Amino acid sequence: MGRYVLRRLGLAVITLFILSMVVFFVASVLPGSVGRAILGPFADQASVEKLNDELGVNGPFWKRYFDWITSALTGDFGDSYKFKQPVMDFIPTALVASLKLAVATLIIVVPLGILGGTFAALRQGKAADRAITIAGLSLAVTPEFVIGILLILVFAVKLGWLPSNGTPNGSIGQQIEVLILPAITLTAVLFGYLSRMARAGTIEALEADYTRTATLKGLPRRTVLRRHVLRNSLLPTIAVIASQMSYLLGGLLVTETLFNYRGLGLLISDAARGRDIPMLMGAVFIIGAISMVLILLADLLIAWLNPRVRLGSKQ
Amino acid sequence: MSTTAVPNEPTTAPAPASAPAYSAAEVRREMRGQLLRSKTFILGVVIILFWVFCAIAPGFVANRDPAKQDPSKKWLRPFFNEGFWLGADRKGSDVFSRVIYGAREIMIIAPAATIIGTLIGIVLGLSMGYFRGALDDIISRIIEALMSLPVILVALLALTALSGSRLTIILVIGFLFGPIIARTVRASVISERNLDYVRAAELRGERSWYIMFAEILPNVFGPIVVEFTVRLGYAVFTMAGLAFIGLGTEPGSPDWGRTIFEERNSLYSDVWWTTLFPALALASLVVAINLVADAVQGLIDR
Repeated sequence: MGRYVLRRLGLAVITLFILSMVVFFVASVLPGSVGRAILGPFADQASVEKLNDELGVNGPFWKRYFDWITSALTGDFGDSYKFKQPVMDFIPTALVASLKLAVATLIIVVPLGILGGTFAALRQGKAADRAITIAGLSLAVTPEFVIGILLILVFAVKLGWLPSNGTPNGSIGQQIEVLILPAITLTAVLFGYLSRMARAGTIEALEADYTRTATLKGLPRRTVLRRHVLRNSLLPTIAVIASQMSYLLGGLLVTETLFNYRGLGLLISDAARGRDIPMLMGAVFIIGAISMVLILLADLLIAWLNPRVRLGSKQ
Repeated sequence: MSTTAVPNEPTTAPAPASAPAYSAAEVRREMRGQLLRSKTFILGVVIILFWVFCAIAPGFVANRDPAKQDPSKKWLRPFFNEGFWLGADRKGSDVFSRVIYGAREIMIIAPAATIIGTLIGIVLGLSMGYFRGALDDIISRIIEALMSLPVILVALLALTALSGSRLTIILVIGFLFGPIIARTVRASVISERNLDYVRAAELRGERSWYIMFAEILPNVFGPIVVEFTVRLGYAVFTMAGLAFIGLGTEPGSPDWGRTIFEERNSLYSDVWWTTLFPALALASLVVAINLVADAVQGLIDR
């Protein structure tokens, strides 16, 4: 296990490095003139050049990357073009808001997805299975804003039960109210994926030899399901779900924009529209790093659940 | 990015053409028959063809000019009100005609991006799976880094940096999907690589590229077709998401994602038809693609 953890950590560092290169490359090599982008098409060339010099965007690529990554590692992502303040003044608050939404979503979607997937697996090949699978798949590729629009229309506009925008603030009750609609939106998109994982895991456990043995030695069906099938299918399923968190993080972008929810997603989409490159790079890098840490933790969990890896036997 | 990690995803092509008792033509006919008997498949195809038709010849379906604005008709309610079948938007344009014309952008971008991504995926995946070694390791690491980021985020970075033109968005989504598809192709190629027919070709002294493209590729075609249909759904999803954030389409374009982004605040004035109908159009398209993908997958998985 120790060797595996070390190897996996090493890979994560390399991946993080590649990620930082990708973010930097995409965001700063291609724009042409940053000064021109900020000042617009009507500014004269001299002031564009002057601004470019001030921003330090004229140096060679490697030098600019080195400057960016060294300050990024100390938590300094530069100043936002738009707000003229350090990017890090904005990211922590937005991150907290996004985490609240992510946690609220997971609280709803993980039990629901596992329940749906397990149910589908037990009805494998029957109508209920097909319905859950197709509905889940369709919801998974229906853009978040389509589902969100329907929810806003019904629950905020027509019925007036829930607020349709804002960021959690004030009492716990108020915060939960604000979170419900965006969390359900994200749930709809994630449900199909999660239930598919749970379904596959359950089917694998159902077809395993130990399940057959348990059935053949005359255990009641309920006991077989509880003790042999679910116990073996749940944890791996949860681990696999955790490794796909980038899906949830991507969903934040659109969902937060729709609900005017001041999290990282809205920060990024505003920065993209306003071409606020430092803000954009900082926020995307943070999301990428978080996503990578989650994937790492999930992989370690999967490995720990697998005795062959945990006990260090060679393949 | 999700589909590649699913445990029940097909990793090997069942290679129906090699079944001894049936000719390739018979197998193809049987598969076609199975698809045509599937009601969900037919429904999916019909919906997709409808939107393809709207994208090619919107003038035959729409009854008004989608660009015409008539302030006196602002927020005219549906249905079939003064010739506005689905009402009018905040600029007094016809909602129905805009929905029909709105199909074009996405019906060009999503398939084109998916085709580019699939071609990249085939070349990358074949090379990685066939040669293995350092090439495979390096590309795998890069793919892993790319895939730990949500596709829509990387696309957004690229579109912010480059121009938001149609070609850019096609290339960006295509290049991002390439590595994802490559993972599926790679997995299939690895399981084919040690089969006798590959060994035989190597012993005959065939060139690597010939073995990859002429021997292995036809045998991994099944998983590639499945991956293509699934990715097409994700391409629509990604493109719509980007348009909704306000990227990749012109302001005022009838594109569905763009329209919903621009009209969404009307919801609070109890004007629901300007956003609901483009949303339903989008939902019908992704569900249709999924029905087709599901049928194709079921066929090839068996």
